[in-house]
Amino acid sequence: MAFPEPKPRGPELPQKRLKTLDCGQGAVRAVRFNVDGNYCLTCGSDKTLKLWNPLRGTLLRTYSGHGYEVLDAAGSFDNSSLCSGGGDKAVVLWDVASGQVVRKFRGHAGKVNTVQFNEEATVILSGSIDSTIRCWDCRSRKPEPVQTLDEARDGISSVKVSDHEVLAGSVDGRVRRYDLRMGQLFSDYVGSPITCICFSRDGQCTLVSSLDSTLRLLDKDTGELLGEYTGHKNKEYKLDCCLSERDTHVVSCSEDGKVFFWDLVEGALALALPVGPGVVQSLTYHPTEPCLLTAMGGSIQCWREETYEAEGAPG
Amino acid sequence: MGLAWSRWKKMRKLRHREVKMTRIAELVKGERPKKPIPLQDQTVRDEKGRYKRFHGAFSGGFSAGYFNTVGSKEGWTPSSFVSSRQNRADKSVLGPEDFMDEEDLSEFGIAPKSIVTTDDFASKTKDRIREKARQLAAATAPIPGATLLDDLITPAKLSVGFELLRKMGWKEGQGIGPRVKRRPRRQKPDPGVKIYGCALPPGGSEGSEDEDDDYLPENVTFAPKDVTPVDFTPKDNVHGLAYKGLDPHQALFGTSGEHFNLFSGGPEETGDLLGDIGVNKGRKLGISGQAFGVGALEEEDDDIYATETLSKYDTVLKDEEPGDGLYGWTAPRQYKSQKESEKDLCYVGKILDGFSLASKPLSSKKIYPPPELPRDYRPVHYFRPVVAATSENSHLLQVLSESAGKPTNDPGTRSRHQLNACKRGELLGETPIQGAPTSVLEFLSQKDKERLKEVKQATDLKAAQLRARSLAQSASGSRPQPLSPDVGHCSWHMALSGGMASTRTSNFKPFAKDPEKQKRYEEFLANMKRGQKDALERCLDPGMTEWERGRERDEFARAALLYASSHSTLSSRFTHAQEEDDSEQVEVPRDQENDVSDKQSAVKMKMFGKLTRDTFEWHPDKLLCKRFNVPDPYPDSTLVGLPRVKRDKYSVFSFLTIPETASSPVTQASSEKVAQHRASDKSRKPSRWDTSKEEKKEDSISEFLSLARSKVGPAKPEPSPLVNKEEARATESVSNKVVNKDVDSQTEGEGSRPSMDLFKAIFASSSDEKSSSSEDEQGDSEDDQEGTREADFKSSQETDLVEASSVAQASEPAPQEPAPFFPIQKMQIDEREAFGPRLPPVFCPNARQKLEAPLKEKHKKNKEKHKTKKEHRRKKEKKKKHRKHKHKGKQKNKKSEKSSSSESTDSSDSQSEEGPTDLSPQELLRRLKRLPLRRQ
Repeated sequence: MAFPEPKPRGPELPQKRLKTLDCGQGAVRAVRFNVDGNYCLTCGSDKTLKLWNPLRGTLLRTYSGHGYEVLDAAGSFDNSSLCSGGGDKAVVLWDVASGQVVRKFRGHAGKVNTVQFNEEATVILSGSIDSTIRCWDCRSRKPEPVQTLDEARDGISSVKVSDHEVLAGSVDGRVRRYDLRMGQLFSDYVGSPITCICFSRDGQCTLVSSLDSTLRLLDKDTGELLGEYTGHKNKEYKLDCCLSERDTHVVSCSEDGKVFFWDLVEGALALALPVGPGVVQSLTYHPTEPCLLTAMGGSIQCWREETYEAEGAPG
Repeated sequence: MGLAWSRWKKMRKLRHREVKMTRIAELVKGERPKKPIPLQDQTVRDEKGRYKRFHGAFSGGFSAGYFNTVGSKEGWTPSSFVSSRQNRADKSVLGPEDFMDEEDLSEFGIAPKSIVTTDDFASKTKDRIREKARQLAAATAPIPGATLLDDLITPAKLSVGFELLRKMGWKEGQGIGPRVKRRPRRQKPDPGVKIYGCALPPGGSEGSEDEDDDYLPENVTFAPKDVTPVDFTPKDNVHGLAYKGLDPHQALFGTSGEHFNLFSGGPEETGDLLGDIGVNKGRKLGISGQAFGVGALEEEDDDIYATETLSKYDTVLKDEEPGDGLYGWTAPRQYKSQKESEKDLCYVGKILDGFSLASKPLSSKKIYPPPELPRDYRPVHYFRPVVAATSENSHLLQVLSESAGKPTNDPGTRSRHQLNACKRGELLGETPIQGAPTSVLEFLSQKDKERLKEVKQATDLKAAQLRARSLAQSASGSRPQPLSPDVGHCSWHMALSGGMASTRTSNFKPFAKDPEKQKRYEEFLANMKRGQKDALERCLDPGMTEWERGRERDEFARAALLYASSHSTLSSRFTHAQEEDDSEQVEVPRDQENDVSDKQSAVKMKMFGKLTRDTFEWHPDKLLCKRFNVPDPYPDSTLVGLPRVKRDKYSVFSFLTIPETASSPVTQASSEKVAQHRASDKSRKPSRWDTSKEEKKEDSISEFLSLARSKVGPAKPEPSPLVNKEEARATESVSNKVVNKDVDSQTEGEGSRPSMDLFKAIFASSSDEKSSSSEDEQGDSEDDQEGTREADFKSSQETDLVEASSVAQASEPAPQEPAPFFPIQKMQIDEREAFGPRLPPVFCPNARQKLEAPLKEKHKKNKEKHKTKKEHRRKKEKKKKHRKHKHKGKQKNKKSEKSSSSESTDSSDSQSEEGPTDLSPQELLRRLKRLPLRRQ
């Protein structure tokens, strides 16, 4: 667990609302930072995917081609392509610059909940409510997935990919980790339907949020419980959770319109950031800076730390 | 047009060049050209790919102009013509080259442009001498101007190389190299020595050099002889041996009277090669003789008719040639003697005269041992006899197929999957169930049976009437019909004979169980086909009683009718399965995530880690590994995903009730028993009718009831135990229970096997239940339920789970279905399952008491389990050096002890469940602090 050295100044939490963007694409199903945190993607219920500069609040491009609402999106490591999955059961590979559909992978039997690129953006992994994860090859023209991971007994709610692992949370209450290097599948039983999972940035822990309004930090290798975080409300929806940029805090959406921050080690509630009256549907954390994007209703909010001063001309 | 043409030509040229290149490449690679070049493609072209035309007698004539026309590609216009007022074509002086073709300028053309030594560099000395001589001769010549002839026939000039050599002391006729001492000749060969090869004219005296050899001064060295070393390059052309094409340089080179020889060896060489039987009089002659013919330039032509006899050849291999020891052929002496100095260095041993030591060692041939034969291999092919499967030789057949390593389909050696329950029971030595039902009819109630019988009789009656009518008709048709007992037979016979003819009977074996009968049936069909009226009578077993005959007749007739019609109509609609439908088995993952209940309790106690983790072997796809830049963990396996095994397929009903998860909430303690149950379930499954009546009812009725009830709303618990009541009520309760159970199984993913209580409710003696009133029981059980409901608050999430699965995907709020009673029912299941063996449900009157006993068992087991786990952990601990793990392990031990007690308490008293298991924040904190991150 290589946590960063303690800095003289404590980590600051993004609690200053910098900007609220009305995305104009219906409900924002998911908001995702790109790889370097300069741009973000919003998945709309009006079948579009939009690329923004969240700090400036400018819309860069709209990607349309989905047949139903877009539920998740991800950018490739080189920012050259995007992938998205949606209610039309299709996984779409986009070209960022041209905005064209490069490939459309069909094969899922249900809504695609989550999509991820692998490290080199050669494979797209998509998790669907048909309880499968499909690995689509971006390199070949094959219409079939390279492999289908169908071990889950219920829908896949969240998938994350590291250089050699695929982490998947399923509604059957299990977190499955497919280790390609070892050729093993680790299945951790959590019990409650899992809504979101993520690796810690050091790659040693997994954060699991489930429908029992609990987030759990599990040791990746042993599956042991390292921490539990409660206080928020998550009983119905598939809400996102994540870790802060330096793994110091655990962040989660809540159904009561707040974003909760817990100290990772202490497990104590650090901040309950009120966002609005509705449900905070999705959030994404900047990879390197204390910057948070939340999605509520049809808009996204950009949050920075208190001391942040917008450089250049905002807006 | 012209442009297109020229383009086409260019393309063609290019293509041709490519073809050439590839052909050359092929040759270089040593590959065979794929196809012989067809005749029409065997054209001669020049280096630019143009067709070459042959004009004139030899190839000397060259094609003129452009495609045999006068002019050029541009027509009559010279290429240099520029028609412009401003830019006048400057007059160029045309040389002869301007009128020449490219071929003329090539190496073999009339004006070659290749680099040659020019006069300036040619030797002049000779010329000067000659010049002088000529001048002298010219002066003294009787005919003035005669030297002009000499001028004309001046030999070619010597090159610089000659000049240099000469300056170094070389003289014409000498070899190049250090001077050598000449050995005295050892021995003169016998005059009658046998020669290999063609005979030279006899009577030839020794060469002059040989005479020199006779008196060799010791201290005199000689220049090496001028020989060309033997060329050992393999012959790869189709010319004669040692043939070289005419070399104009050599031909015209003034080798002072040395007429050139078609055959490579110089005169000395030949003489040397063939020992002393050299050429005479210094006349330089190559090998000549019949086999080689006589060259046009050779003078000697008298011996061309010399006959060759076999006696000139050696027919026996001799140890050593007494003569020169050359054994027929050999390398030039000079060479050999030069090598001799070196040979001592690397080779100890005798080197035969005429052989030289190889400069390169022979690459030793690798010898592979012959392949090892299998031990039981016999080098004789054995044809397996083909034995037709009949009842007599079934044993033989089995033996044969066994030896062939193929599974038999013999009824005697059927796999276990093909056995039915009765047969298995037989094998296991069970007493067969009395009156075991063999057909669906058996399950019908007596009343129904009777009703059926009545209906049947009625139809029979009708049939009889019909028959009679038809009989009358046939009689009226003036056909004398003998009054046989089987009038009906005739009628069906007629009916059949039409449609039957085309049916294939081989597929269809209605009496497969009784081979004898089947045989008779087939015979009957065959007879039928042939149109024999007494088909049936013929094939019936004469040893049968009249009644049996009658029955069989009926059966056959019916079967024939039924299958004839069904076959002909249905066969057109169906095709055979492409693959063998292995209906008995289905592929399932080898390892499955099971014992959820165990994990649930672990989760409740926050004992994440080993208890909640399952690890499986998982095979990623090769391509996936490649894409992830990860080496394939199982490079040898072709498997993808989880390893799979073949299991018995569940029936449709069990598929409906048992989700494949098999995540039955069963504790480990009970898992063995469950496994047994499963096994028995499985064994029964193929024939559903084999199972007892109760089970069958449970299966089918429960299915629908449960569906119906669950839709209607919460199932109300039946308010009476009903066990000692009359039959009807009992079944009702059964169905009710089934409902409960089934709902549970749906929510829970539980197996559909009826619980013990079902059997107990029906078969158990009613003595213990008689005393208690039903009202009491009910209250009791309800009480129990209440308690458990409250207690098992957590596990109620389980039900949420199912609904949440649908909810969770959608970010939209979805109304939660009201399922108020599910937790209760589930709780019952939980309770029951937590204690291993299947127990009566809560509403069973003696449920409480029955609960107690296994409880203790469970407790014990729990403790045991924990103990073993503890040990396990300790062992592991020792192995692990990691401090973190040690700490955790110890802590876990404490926890596990605590949890074991807590588990037991919460199982015995389900109400006190939530409290003690909760992990305190302090503890969590402590755990976290022990993380390595704190050490940093």
